[in-house]
Amino acid sequence: MSEVILPTSEVIFTLDGVTVTAQSGQTVMEAAEAVGIYIPRLCHKEGLEPYGSCRVCTVTVNGRPASACTTPVADGIAVESESDQIRAWRRTVIEMLFVEGNHFCMFCEKSGNCELQALGYRMGIVAPRLPYLWPKRPVDASHPDVLIDHNRCILCARCVRTSRDVDGKQAFAFVGRGSRRHLAVNPGSRLCDTKLDVTDAAVDACPVGAILRKRRGFETPIGRRLYDHVPIGTGVEQPVELTIREGSPS
Amino acid sequence: MSKPKVATCSLAGCFGCHMSLLDIDERILELVDLIEFHKTPLTDIKRFTARCAVGLVEGGCANEENVEVLRTFRRHCDVLISLGDCATMGGIPALRNFVPLEDCLREAYLAGPSVYNPGGDVPNDIELPLLLDKVRPCHEVVKIDYFLPGCPPSADTIWAALKALLSGEPVELPYQLIKYD
Repeated sequence: MSEVILPTSEVIFTLDGVTVTAQSGQTVMEAAEAVGIYIPRLCHKEGLEPYGSCRVCTVTVNGRPASACTTPVADGIAVESESDQIRAWRRTVIEMLFVEGNHFCMFCEKSGNCELQALGYRMGIVAPRLPYLWPKRPVDASHPDVLIDHNRCILCARCVRTSRDVDGKQAFAFVGRGSRRHLAVNPGSRLCDTKLDVTDAAVDACPVGAILRKRRGFETPIGRRLYDHVPIGTGVEQPVELTIREGSPS
Repeated sequence: MSKPKVATCSLAGCFGCHMSLLDIDERILELVDLIEFHKTPLTDIKRFTARCAVGLVEGGCANEENVEVLRTFRRHCDVLISLGDCATMGGIPALRNFVPLEDCLREAYLAGPSVYNPGGDVPNDIELPLLLDKVRPCHEVVKIDYFLPGCPPSADTIWAALKALLSGEPVELPYQLIKYD
């Protein structure tokens, strides 16, 4: 990708009624984050092109639902993010992801560090209101160092995009449409037939326990995992205090 | 005034949630001041003879007996709580939901690598409850009022929920007490 430098200008819009100053070219999510407001997300990951598939970051822009990760800021727009209606939409999206896959947190290696689970915790979900689908999905353990458990895949495409845009490999892709859509590797073959390496950024891109390094399960004890004590998004809402380096002008 | 009664049961569960209930340590003394255990494996009372304020249900529904016990609990308890992951989402027993029931039975009683069954019979006694096609979370069978996820839910979670319920407070669990593992 070639770097295109566009002149930036200030854009003023409102977020939940509060006036926010942003730079043109920023997305609503980026502008919110810059002022310490966290908008929940799953398919978006910093450094990747916005994808807008999971709809967890849904906000309303002038009353219309839009994904905050793909919507650019514009002068004068009124963005709502924390209304009861929007929270209910987001919660339903998370519940749908829980029932349409097979998410057994009690023995998942990703538990405690899983973003889907963390969003469930943050939203206070104790049980989904939708019936479980129990789809039958395979596990691909053919690769010597990495495995794919399709039971846990939420189709966020973070591995697809990371492998393509960061690792330059295109190890992952989607095949199928609608409810039959699923993650594949060089469609038709197994993970061991790809160029995926255990050190690839794509392995770390998975927000859930669908792509895992082998022989590394349950490394972090309960109580010391990412989301054991603080909700996901805390870092955005309470920016870590900047430490002034010695010798820097004060 | 008599103390409110609490009933508990374990359906398709491992009794781990009951162990977690006992894990409230010395708070159990406070608990027996607050409540009286009615039908529960802890008292070995087999039948409901009184209305219960709270029913704690561990485990999901894997067979027709689980469904019957769950419905009995619903009839006799004012407030019914799904206790733990098996009750809220099926849990480990629900791993059989990806395999047809016939294949499950064949693996367990005929084809499994450690099976010794020269008669080749699959248990089919009239006394045995029939298995459901799939293991169901409790709220897919009866109305459930509160959910305490976790495998098991921590003693602190159970204690916080019970105490709030028994003192008429809203059940609002802090972040650290809602866990799915």
